[in-house]
Amino acid sequence: MIRFDNASKRYPGGHEGISNVSFHMRPGEMAFLTGHSGAGKSTLLKLIGLLERPSRGQLMVDGRNLGKLGNHLVPYHRRKIGMIFQDHRLLHDRTVFDNVALPLVVAGVGHQEIGRRVRAALDKVGLLNHEKSLPVTLSGGEQQRVGIARAVVSKPPVVVADEPTGNLDPDLSREIMNLFMQFNSVGVTLLIATHDIALVNAMQQRVLTLHQGQLVRDTGSY
Amino acid sequence: MTRQRSSRKRSGAIAKSRPNAVQNWLLRHFQVMLAALGRLSQYPVSTLMTSTVIGIAVCLPAGMWTILDNVKQLSGSLDGAASISLFLQIDANEQQISDLQQRLLKRNEIADIQLISRDAALAEFRQLSGFGDALDLLESNPLPAVMVVMPSRQHSTPAASAILLQSLKTEPLVDIAQLDLEWVKRLSALTQVAFRAVLILGTVLALAVLLIIGNTIRLEIQNRRAEIEISKLVGATNGFIQRPFLYTGFWYGLLGGLTAWLMVTVSLWLLAGPAETLSLLYNSSFELNLPGFSASLVMIFSSTLLGVAGAQLAVSRHLHAIEPE
Repeated sequence: MIRFDNASKRYPGGHEGISNVSFHMRPGEMAFLTGHSGAGKSTLLKLIGLLERPSRGQLMVDGRNLGKLGNHLVPYHRRKIGMIFQDHRLLHDRTVFDNVALPLVVAGVGHQEIGRRVRAALDKVGLLNHEKSLPVTLSGGEQQRVGIARAVVSKPPVVVADEPTGNLDPDLSREIMNLFMQFNSVGVTLLIATHDIALVNAMQQRVLTLHQGQLVRDTGSY
Repeated sequence: MTRQRSSRKRSGAIAKSRPNAVQNWLLRHFQVMLAALGRLSQYPVSTLMTSTVIGIAVCLPAGMWTILDNVKQLSGSLDGAASISLFLQIDANEQQISDLQQRLLKRNEIADIQLISRDAALAEFRQLSGFGDALDLLESNPLPAVMVVMPSRQHSTPAASAILLQSLKTEPLVDIAQLDLEWVKRLSALTQVAFRAVLILGTVLALAVLLIIGNTIRLEIQNRRAEIEISKLVGATNGFIQRPFLYTGFWYGLLGGLTAWLMVTVSLWLLAGPAETLSLLYNSSFELNLPGFSASLVMIFSSTLLGVAGAQLAVSRHLHAIEPE
């Protein structure tokens, strides 16, 4: 589902985001991506969502060679990737419902279908009774769950999360991780970047470790 | 048999789904269009100000064009009637004048002759000049009889009328022969210059409208930067993202066009009274016409087009530069 072949990302100015990273994730697999800040975790996730383009090497996601994907096809690629961020990236002047509906709206899904699927996603993250709230009225954990609902509402085959529990206390973090486990159990391929080693150890999943842009450890599939 | 039925079923399904897709597409456009109008109505003062600025920029050339169009119609109606006035010797008697008239009418260059006798000329002058009292002081009528000669159609070209003029000047009874075409020509040439000037002014102001709308949309794009980034993040195409901005430009242009139409109509309505008085002084039935239906449509349509073009300008310059990080 996700395959890196000697992929490198060098930023203008010479800074190396990741270099010569190779790994493969099967459909429906779940893995954690760890490493110090600046080790290249975010760069790797950005490459999957085509927020960045690899400078060298090959990168296949869901059967598509991302190096050869034309700019006009990038939006259609992103619709197949659910992305979750530490800072949620919600629209603060829109209700929770509208935030979660956004991926369906941009994909041109019909009105009734949007209502049905947004409520299903909100139900899954336990925020069904907050659909009319504005994001600022919610707690950090709740906002993160809105972000997760938005990432999964269009049922993408791949979900990547960048430090999704970065600002949350251990209990909330575990709650979020349980949500991810549920998505994984229905076949979603999940790659989660985190530096929370304790959490990673507790989850008993495959772990990829980056150090200064290089993949230094891969525990392999569980 | 089964195959036939299933293929018919499939084509039926396609025929059914295609209008649905078109309907969906139209519906989405309509929604975005209304949403853009809704956004504008949330800030009525700034919307009104922007559309008024656009309205003023459009109404200036449009108004001047309408007035010039009126003037052109006036000179156009005079164009065909390029007559030659023959001022006869003051001592010509009626018999001589009548003979001359008969003789001239036989020439095929001449279609018609209108005779203004000395008494008639005096009466007309008294009525129009306002010097009636002064005329009473004169012992005799100072005005000569005048023949207004209408060239026949094939001899009404400037060159042919000039030849006719020369030949009429040789008539002994004629004191002065004058071609009345000159001032019509000058008016027509003057209108041409004015039309060209309005065209230049219009182009410059169209550019101004383009930039005003472009700049307004640019600010709008800056304000909605977060929304654009996040939309791109979840897979919005550039087409999807630019749509609301193009419709915003559309509304600005349309509102500006309507404002311009209103301004032109009110201005011309205010000018109509004085213009009528002026034309009466020239003994003309000239009437200032308001912009017609098609002219109004052109005005509003071009303003709307400028709105969309200005928005497109801003969108193509600024939207693609915003990428999520």
